[in-house]
Amino acid sequence: MDYVLAALVGCFIAAGIYLLLSRSVIRMLLGLVVFGNGVNLLIFTAGRLTRAAAPIVPAGLNQPDGPVANPLPQALILTAIVIGFAVFSFLLVLAFRAYQTLDADNTDTMRVAEPVDEPNPPLSY
Amino acid sequence: MNTIIFRTMAPLIVAIMLVFAVYICLRGHNEPGGGFIGGLIAASAIAILGMANGAEATRRALRFDPLSIAGFGVFIAGLSGLASLFTGSPFMTSIWLYLELGETVVPLSTPMVFDIGVFLVVFGTISAISLGLEADGGEAS
Amino acid sequence: MGTFVLTDALIQTTTAVADWVLVLPLILALLGAAAALMLRKTANLCFLLAMLVVVAIIACEITLLLRVFESGPLSMTMGKWLPPFGISFVADLFGAGFALAASVVTLVVLVYAEGERGQGVDDNFHAMVLLLLAGVTGSFLTGDLFNLYVWFEVMLIASFGLMVLGGRPLQLDGAVKYGFLNFLATAFFLLALGLLYGLLGTLNMADILRGAPLANPAAIATIAGILLLAFGMKAAAFPLNAWLPASYHTPPAAISALLAGLLTKVGAYALLRSLVVVLPASRDLLEPVLVAIAAATLLIAPLGAIAETNLRRAIGFLVIGGIGSVLAGVAVPSLEGVSGAGLYVFHAMLTMTALYLVAGLIERATGATDTRHMGGLYAASAPLSILFLVLILATAGVPPFLGFWPKLLLLQASLGQGGWSGGLLAGALLINAVLTLIAGSRLWAHVFWRPAPGGATVLPMARGAVWTGFGATAALAALIVAAGLWPNGLFEILAVGAPDMIDPARYVEAVGLAGVAP
Repeated sequence: MDYVLAALVGCFIAAGIYLLLSRSVIRMLLGLVVFGNGVNLLIFTAGRLTRAAAPIVPAGLNQPDGPVANPLPQALILTAIVIGFAVFSFLLVLAFRAYQTLDADNTDTMRVAEPVDEPNPPLSY
Repeated sequence: MNTIIFRTMAPLIVAIMLVFAVYICLRGHNEPGGGFIGGLIAASAIAILGMANGAEATRRALRFDPLSIAGFGVFIAGLSGLASLFTGSPFMTSIWLYLELGETVVPLSTPMVFDIGVFLVVFGTISAISLGLEADGGEAS
Repeated sequence: MGTFVLTDALIQTTTAVADWVLVLPLILALLGAAAALMLRKTANLCFLLAMLVVVAIIACEITLLLRVFESGPLSMTMGKWLPPFGISFVADLFGAGFALAASVVTLVVLVYAEGERGQGVDDNFHAMVLLLLAGVTGSFLTGDLFNLYVWFEVMLIASFGLMVLGGRPLQLDGAVKYGFLNFLATAFFLLALGLLYGLLGTLNMADILRGAPLANPAAIATIAGILLLAFGMKAAAFPLNAWLPASYHTPPAAISALLAGLLTKVGAYALLRSLVVVLPASRDLLEPVLVAIAAATLLIAPLGAIAETNLRRAIGFLVIGGIGSVLAGVAVPSLEGVSGAGLYVFHAMLTMTALYLVAGLIERATGATDTRHMGGLYAASAPLSILFLVLILATAGVPPFLGFWPKLLLLQASLGQGGWSGGLLAGALLINAVLTLIAGSRLWAHVFWRPAPGGATVLPMARGAVWTGFGATAALAALIVAAGLWPNGLFEILAVGAPDMIDPARYVEAVGLAGVAP
């Protein structure tokens, strides 16, 4: 099972990087999301896969009853998902605003901060 | 979106969701649930109210600015961790208080305060985003 | 599995109240940010609150620095759980010193911004600045790699908010490039963390330190390589530097000063911490790559600054050149190399912030952002020109300014290293100093010394705004000059701090993991 998931992680990351190489901002954004999900899946796989129960300690006990799944990767992934979601929503709003204001979805035409046809700097002063 | 059915049912749905959100938040210590999920449910309730009544009316109904609610959440979450300063323990160590009210014992703890803080943070930020998106050309982020 | 008693997993000793100086800066910054968010409709109150909080943080961090200097690294593990299960915060001299520099810089920027922003603007500026400070302080003081990731993201969100504050088209353009590249960098960081966790089962730095030598060296080196990619992107090292000059000049000057002073330095610090301290064996494997990146960054960045006519973009290239110096220290981690890299980070935090602040003053005086439309400013404001010149000399590493000492240490380190790599780095460091000097003096000549070109004007400025802005910048510059003239204190700190970076035995002991089998 680990190998299948490892291959899946590879597919996610490859697809994410492919989308990131695009010039369109929305595709890049989707690429980041796919990439981030690949990374989350990787952490999940890195925590070892089990068919055990959910890691919840029953009431009145100090330790789980029998083997349970590793809870730490789940906590890490939850944190990563929350943060990734926050940054993603920010970037989405930003891309939308940039599209409205700059009228550019293509990064090649997004040149307000870096003008293309600037004259050369003066050679002396 | 603005059918009369939706507008009539919305307050009912919103009220149930808000109560359910508080329930989810409070059961979160030992069972599935917690402040984050509770906050998301409550924020979806606000989003529904925003769809039904419009963003402005919802803002007024909230009384406090959503971002201020989020700030308050961070504040009490931080303070809940600070409480262990007085018990000779490191930051974020939990402190429990068992209130005996006649028949039942109500366990109160700093993790609960922290969870309520998380609830408010999630509720505030997600509501701010959804209300911002629902308002026409409204301010986002 | 025997019977398990909960107290076995808990720290039994009581924590002294004095130990709380370690986490207080963070708590204060977070609480301050929350309070500023609630009070954001009243800008004046927010300013007072932010000043108060930052001064309190500085007081805590001075106490922390003195304490760590006297009695070694200090650690606290959250929630009473035994490390590595609880999240540890650890301060050694490098972390504590950088955190102090970060809050001093923030204080200066807050005062400066008060003059720049004008009265009665209610936005989230103060909340964002405090949140950024929380992220930066957390990154410097944490002892857990996943926690470092969380602080990186806190920093990222706050810097996004600052970047688009005001929402001019220019800023949106810069923020898109900044946002994508930095989000990608943290995603790569998380990727490395996932692999590291799968390999070692821990993310506590002290625990990794003990576990890494036992693991497969090739796998660990791969992880170190991904970390180098992620942190190099954050720090704007050479092949990944394009986002910095594309974005840092877009927000208002105070904000770009804060970002330039803090963010790339956190990336550089993370490189230093993860490669030199936590994974030294993998760093040795990566050494040729590090040398190449350091030399390329050192050489290419000042050339970019020479070719650039936009003032703040040119300074952006100088910031990148500084990262090259830190990387040189990572590439040659002898005692001098690590001391030099640490001192350079400290110097760059102060100097780069001051440079951007001066650029902001210049832009306000001339009403232009491009040096081709500036000129003759010397006649209008001689003190401003002296300030700019001093900072340029400090950046280039001319004695007696602060920038000279780390360059000297790094030069000693690379010459002591010998071989092709040492020679290459020494040459690159020297050429970088010359090129930086050329770029800086060119800027100075264009902005201040040459006669004003047609159309260049000197705008009258509101007196109060000038005095707060100029005063804050001059105070920071005075600090840089003083630290350069009397560097003994800094060297004493380095004499204790650098050995701890190279042999982190005291660090592991402070966390409480010494002697326990990995």
